[in-house]
Amino acid sequence: MSNRQLNSQLAYDKLFRYIFIISAVMVSFVIFSIIIFVSKQGLQTFQDISFWEFHTGTIWNPPVQFGAVPFIVGSVSVTLLAIALGGPLGLAGAIFMAKVAPPWVREIMRPATDLFVGIPSVVYGWVGLTVFLPIISKYTSGPGFGLFLAGVILAIMILPTVISISEDALRAVPKSLEAGSYALGATRWQTIYRVLIPASLPGLVTALILGMARAIGETMAVAMVIGNSPQLAGSLFGPTATLTTEIILSMGQTPFGSPWNNALFYMAFTLLMISLSMILLIKFVVNRRLVNEQ
Amino acid sequence: MEVNVENKFVVQNLNLFYKDVQALRSISMEIMKQQITALIGPSGCGKTTFLRVLNRMNDLIEGVRIDGTVLLDDQDIFGPDVDVVNLRKRVGMVFQRPNPFPMSVYDNVAYGPRIHGQKNKSQLDQIVEKSLRSAALWDEVSNRLFKSALGLSGGQQQRLCIARLLAVEPEVVLMDEPTSALDPLSTLKIEELLRDLKNHYTIVIVTHNMQQAARVSDSTAFFLNGDMVEFGPTETLFTRPKDQRTEDYITGRFG
Repeated sequence: MSNRQLNSQLAYDKLFRYIFIISAVMVSFVIFSIIIFVSKQGLQTFQDISFWEFHTGTIWNPPVQFGAVPFIVGSVSVTLLAIALGGPLGLAGAIFMAKVAPPWVREIMRPATDLFVGIPSVVYGWVGLTVFLPIISKYTSGPGFGLFLAGVILAIMILPTVISISEDALRAVPKSLEAGSYALGATRWQTIYRVLIPASLPGLVTALILGMARAIGETMAVAMVIGNSPQLAGSLFGPTATLTTEIILSMGQTPFGSPWNNALFYMAFTLLMISLSMILLIKFVVNRRLVNEQ
Repeated sequence: MEVNVENKFVVQNLNLFYKDVQALRSISMEIMKQQITALIGPSGCGKTTFLRVLNRMNDLIEGVRIDGTVLLDDQDIFGPDVDVVNLRKRVGMVFQRPNPFPMSVYDNVAYGPRIHGQKNKSQLDQIVEKSLRSAALWDEVSNRLFKSALGLSGGQQQRLCIARLLAVEPEVVLMDEPTSALDPLSTLKIEELLRDLKNHYTIVIVTHNMQQAARVSDSTAFFLNGDMVEFGPTETLFTRPKDQRTEDYITGRFG
């Protein structure tokens, strides 16, 4: 390569290096400005409302009482329900697709799963109202709207995310590990349970985190089925509300800058913090496990 | 001295097809108990494919069709009542690249006994120590048993894989170019190990390295393009080959 060619090649590399750096900076800038904007607007809430009341009060009766505990508990519980129901099911589906199903089944299932990601949440809400609501209503002899129905719908919604990412993680495990296990006389199940799952654990956890992130932020489908009652759900099947559903239902009726409106911003900020801390917690637990093994 | 000439494997007229391509052509050979049998030949000659027939690892690959018989202690391994899991427990395999599981050294070795139902902690401890000693690895890892196996060197990892196999107490150990990814010193260690192991196990080793075959094996089979060209005592095969192609290969005229 001549000197001139080399120089232009280096300039080219440099150019792209800067383009990538700028892109990375812009992405972080957007994310941080969202956090800053939401927190700045949200924290103004406490000029009018007691910090203590917001975080511990259970009565939401604006503009008089601002106890946000029902929404916080609601958001966290629907998310945990979704993970508890959808996580194992999604993992099982991923194992089936990656390691059990014959190739032609996988060739049908994989695109189908990916298509599911694109279904609008309103459609899931309708499915909840028309398919699951009557069933739950019948067995609990109540209206059916509530925590459990929201959890079920979210579990179904996160399935495609959990399945496709877990499947990728399972398939990324080197074939040699699998062969090594079979060569010791392991059965397929033993190989999956004792080698494949531990080896793909970081990927499986990512799948759960993304599923969780989708569940905690979901608004429309939840608003359609949870009952939208700003109180703690008396039981697993009781109606309640989440941070997200309360935000969309109230934001139209509150003027920007009013304490009520600021409280909604602060609820968005709270949601962000809950989501972030759940993610960090999971990562921390998994990392500790991985480090212990080294 | 009386030589042990009992058969472990008897292969008769074995043909193997991969989709439409015939990868092995009417192979017949006998593998002796407690001997080291080396399979040599150029890349793509079918030696690894043949090795993988012996514990039915080819079952995991789609499109493989096999006819002919392979008898292990007079029982056809392709017979309808054969339990593949049990076959692989009796006939274990070490691969070309070390493939320790991403877990601790101890758990790697205890993997086999555990999946076969051994739960007793002190029993497992004994098996792990004994297997690591047999694989000449104990002294190097006894102080880091509970750290990840991935932190070991390549040569140590391969000996760990051998230890992991020995913990299952197989009757036959198949080795697919076990030293091709290792440095000369690690290779030497594994070759020494092979000589010890042959007192208890029947070993079949695929190797690219003719000196290695000459150094460690009792019998050698030379494969070429899916045929087994020649099979006999290693010394005879390397000093007085019967077939011209064998002579060309071992004298380095091709391969």
